[in-house]
Amino acid sequence: MNAVPGSPPVEAAAVAIEPPLAMLCELTHRCPLRCSYCSNPVALEGASHELSTAEWQDLLSQAARLGVLQVHFSGGEPTARRDLPVLVRHAVEQGLYTNLITSGVLVDQAMADRLAEAGLEHAQIGFPDITEEGSTLITAFKGGLARKYAAAAALKQAGVALTMNAVITRHNVERLPQMFEVAQQIGARRIEVANVQYYGWGLLNRAALMPSPQQLAWMTGVVTEARARLKGQLAIDYVIPDYYAKRPKACLGGWGRQFLNVTPSGTILPCHAAETLKNLSFDSIRDRSLADIWLHGSAFAAYRGDAWMPKGCRSCEHKETDWGGCRCQALALAGKADAMDPTCEQSPLHASVRAMAEQEAAANINTMTYRTFTDTAR
Amino acid sequence: MARSAVSDTSQPRLADHVKLRFDAIRKRWVVMAPERMLLPDEVAVDVLKCCDGATPLATIIDRLATDYQAPVEVVGPDVVALLQDLCERGFVTT
Ligand code: SF4
Ligand code: SF4
Repeated sequence: MNAVPGSPPVEAAAVAIEPPLAMLCELTHRCPLRCSYCSNPVALEGASHELSTAEWQDLLSQAARLGVLQVHFSGGEPTARRDLPVLVRHAVEQGLYTNLITSGVLVDQAMADRLAEAGLEHAQIGFPDITEEGSTLITAFKGGLARKYAAAAALKQAGVALTMNAVITRHNVERLPQMFEVAQQIGARRIEVANVQYYGWGLLNRAALMPSPQQLAWMTGVVTEARARLKGQLAIDYVIPDYYAKRPKACLGGWGRQFLNVTPSGTILPCHAAETLKNLSFDSIRDRSLADIWLHGSAFAAYRGDAWMPKGCRSCEHKETDWGGCRCQALALAGKADAMDPTCEQSPLHASVRAMAEQEAAANINTMTYRTFTDTAR
Repeated sequence: MARSAVSDTSQPRLADHVKLRFDAIRKRWVVMAPERMLLPDEVAVDVLKCCDGATPLATIIDRLATDYQAPVEVVGPDVVALLQDLCERGFVTT
């Protein structure tokens, strides 16, 4: 999975512990692609640990009862699970709104039809580039782009709404104007111009992916122009790299506020990268109920609200907008999970983080470590 | 895709993949759409419930005016403005 969707934006007031709005199910970590920007953890979970069909179904039912409204089926490559249509149908029967986050390379017309018939509303297809060379550079998979186009056509034909997730690196920025054309050609109503978020494999490969500030400035201009020109035809979401931002993003609407993430083996996480926080322990759906984990799990409690925040955040007017930013990024860049997210300009590390990104972009060293299972994944 | 202006004869309906549903946990209506969600206020819920793709706008306005015991001239412009906005944001189509 290269895209990390948040909960849908809503204007709701915050009170104590609200029920979650969205759940992201990493059905499997298996994937035919090996994207260097993959946000999956570096220690991938092997197939033998995956939840069974019945376990996923039970979890989806629990999620609906807890208040989840939307479920994202992701991975790895979720379509590598043969039971995906069964799970989609089960989710729909529980009243959940369904979204598929896919690379598309395994989706043929028969599968698209089965998914649509099961009630799938929306699919988001990841595009590492719009040339085969560019695509292969990121995915280490030949011929992937053609298969993505075929998947888009099949899903469109089946009546599923499409989003093109254009994942931006310094290698493909220059083709952004053509990406809008591709989005329209494949019948997407929405495109995410999503700069890589540096987690998991993406963090490992940051130096090989990071765009320059000049590229970012150009990109922003292109997006602004396209938004005006394509209004009403193509919705454009734009996510810039945090490293060049003034303030951090509200990671998934705030820790433990709206969103939960399930790993293939059923570990329930406040965000997809949370396992990098070694100070926390995470509960499994195999041991506790989802409601119990959401309400009482120690990992969810750890950074919920503002009690954990550093002083600068606790007194900041933005604290209920960005909830102090991302804990995983704080750990990765500041060495402490409860530090201020260094992508905030209030952070003493802000300037050095930006400088590091600029240097990495300028050095332009393109050696990539492609995603792979380690020996520990059985 | 150019979105047509709402007129008396339009028969508004929820756009494809847009679902109006009651959230029994939070006890409120929600509108779900791809990657988006909307919390409609009471009037919007009443309007959206009428958007079945068959009922013309004029009939919807009459019905709501009766329900709210308010004159059509007062209800009408509000409903049109609301629907126009929902159309522009892709939740409703005519
Ligand atoms: S390797 Fe690529 S396609 Fe596969 S899960 Fe990761 S980002 Fe998605
Ligand atoms: S100081 Fe903290 S709360 Fe304020 S903008 Fe920065 S990260 Fe967000």
